[in-house]
Amino acid sequence: MNRLALGLTVLAASLAVIGCGDKPADTKKTAEVKKGAPPPPSVEIKIGHVGPLTGGIAHLGKDNENGARMAIDEANAAKIKIDGKDAKFVFVPEDDQADPKVGTTVAQKLVDAKVAGVVGHLNSGTSIPASDIYNKAGIPVISGSATNPKLTEQGFKVQFRVVARDDQQGPAVANYLAGVAKPKLVAVIDDATAYGEGLANEVEKSLKGANIKVLPREKGTDKTTDWKAVLTKLKGRNPDAVFYGGMDATGGPMLKQARELGIKAVFSFGDGACTDEMPKLAGAAADGLLCSQAGLPPQAADKKFLEAYKKAFKVDPIIYAPFTYDAANLLIEAMKKANSADPAKYLPELAKIDFKGATGQIAFDGKGDRKGAEITIFTMKAGKLEPTAIVKGGKSTPYAEFIGGAAAPAKDAAKK
Amino acid sequence: MDIFLQQMVNGLTLGAVYAVVALGYTMVYGIIQLINFAHGEVVMIGAMVAFTVINLLAAGGLPPLAVVLVGTACAIPVCMLVSYTVERLAYRPLRRAPRLAPLITAIGASIILQHLAMLVWSRNVLAFPQIIPLKTFSFLGATVTGVQLAILGICAAIMCGLAGLVYRTRLGRSMRATAQNPQVAGLMGVDINRVIAATFVIGAGLAAVAGVMVGTYYGVAQYTMGSILGLKAFAAAVLGGIGNVPGAMVGGLLLGVVEALGAGYIGDITDLCRYGPLARAVGERCADGGHFVLFGSNYQDVFAFVVLILVLVFRPSGLLGERVGDRA
Repeated sequence: MNRLALGLTVLAASLAVIGCGDKPADTKKTAEVKKGAPPPPSVEIKIGHVGPLTGGIAHLGKDNENGARMAIDEANAAKIKIDGKDAKFVFVPEDDQADPKVGTTVAQKLVDAKVAGVVGHLNSGTSIPASDIYNKAGIPVISGSATNPKLTEQGFKVQFRVVARDDQQGPAVANYLAGVAKPKLVAVIDDATAYGEGLANEVEKSLKGANIKVLPREKGTDKTTDWKAVLTKLKGRNPDAVFYGGMDATGGPMLKQARELGIKAVFSFGDGACTDEMPKLAGAAADGLLCSQAGLPPQAADKKFLEAYKKAFKVDPIIYAPFTYDAANLLIEAMKKANSADPAKYLPELAKIDFKGATGQIAFDGKGDRKGAEITIFTMKAGKLEPTAIVKGGKSTPYAEFIGGAAAPAKDAAKK
Repeated sequence: MDIFLQQMVNGLTLGAVYAVVALGYTMVYGIIQLINFAHGEVVMIGAMVAFTVINLLAAGGLPPLAVVLVGTACAIPVCMLVSYTVERLAYRPLRRAPRLAPLITAIGASIILQHLAMLVWSRNVLAFPQIIPLKTFSFLGATVTGVQLAILGICAAIMCGLAGLVYRTRLGRSMRATAQNPQVAGLMGVDINRVIAATFVIGAGLAAVAGVMVGTYYGVAQYTMGSILGLKAFAAAVLGGIGNVPGAMVGGLLLGVVEALGAGYIGDITDLCRYGPLARAVGERCADGGHFVLFGSNYQDVFAFVVLILVLVFRPSGLLGERVGDRA
């Protein structure tokens, strides 16, 4: 046994030595290529993407990945030149399993692989711990879907996001709920993740601000499918409305079980459970659900993007694909502007970028949050999510009006 | 009171499902002292197969009950085949190996099955088509759905049927003989390999039914659903006394009730604001009707394992187990 262990150690050590030995040789080789062959000078730029590709919300992770992948493929097809060399963008997708621990491991892996920029992560819970690693390595990272305010409150210069924050989304959905359902007593539930809890906190704060009573917080987990115990308890308190901060895989069963128990309250969800999966998961119980999405609905994204996405992946985007598509494009655009893929050089360009993406005009504020991010309120009608209002800067506009007037402001912003 | 009753109904439904899954664990353990950790995944495969068939048939306009029955009828043979294959490949070659070896292959088989299911059915949540009309019955203020009644009824039937099988039939006698002493049973003309395979196959059939029930109840199925369900059913089997068939039933029902009541009331019980001196210690968070809850209902999954630990510490042989835990 001892001898075996020793043998293994020796083997491992020798492998490590070989592994280390490889790298210098590699760089020498590329250096030689650079010197020796002037005609097609090309530079390889790695762009990472992180999202859960396994686990309960893998469908959303894949959606995010598709968005970023499409941007990379388009950039490669466009034959972009950076610093006079043909830029070849290499997409490095990673799976963080929506698990904060795996998130940091994967972040380190991307840093070690020397990626020039990262799109991701999907969840706030994984993005926040990972952001520290990217910050230390100085690698810009743009999330297309993490909405917890904390992410950009850490003062990291490399962290950006292209969606609205929970402290914008929470008040938006809470105020809409207060205005439409006019509840006297609201129950707030979350799934004990950074995202769910953060959003639920914001909603609770806004509701209390509007002098609406809120029941003590109930919690599940991000894997809970049995909500009967919690819902039965709530039934005893008889709230007029329920808000749940969590994802669709858990929100769907919750809604179905609530109706089975005869709870008549209005249900409202955040963006994680504001998907087309909801009518499948909850059936007829989904009707009348109010929910919010940070940003614009996918169907309001750029037509060109929607067509290209459908053509490339044979499905429609679920929620965040337009945002990760924009995030990847922002990285590429900043590299083009800086004429360099060196994070230190293109980061300042990224911070002051003003770019028309599939989700509208994008510019960042000092913290790395998107300026004037929109929030959309949806109502579930006959199994379809119908946008009912757009909330921007605390002002709610009916959706039909917004779509009618959208073209003009976008042009104005472009002129700036 | 009606809330308490509702929690009991929820708990009993959940417990009935645990009991049926726990039967699979306990039967296998009773005979070859193996904890078949792949059993939870067999439940998952049952749910996934049934959902696929039900989704295919849902548009056909057949009566809902027939659709669900066909789905279950397809799931049972698939689960039996999977379980038989696992027994053949992962356990039988290790019949004479130390006890730890088949335990490790069981965990391996469970991981393989889960990932195979991921490849076959993707990572998405499969939804149960909305074909069963929602029928609710009011019972002393508690709401009981038709599905819940069906689950309770089917579980009761399964338990009676299994008890009959084990104590009244020739196969049952062979199973009990093998459980007592495999060598001697073999000498008496019992085909041990056949009996063990039969045990796995029967357990898998029950798992398929449990999978359909739990899927229909919650309306969703996913490739990850088997692991936690399996662990809880295992806890139920240990609670009742692993190796003991009536014990698994009692353990399952009890565990379901403990979980439902625990999740329903832990928030109120651990609300520090209810207790005078503690409330003062927490201070302003209790002001004007505030709450300071130590443990919320998200600790629901913990109860099963707390029960498991308590049983292992204070009564290792379980509630109904006669055999002392020397073989475990």
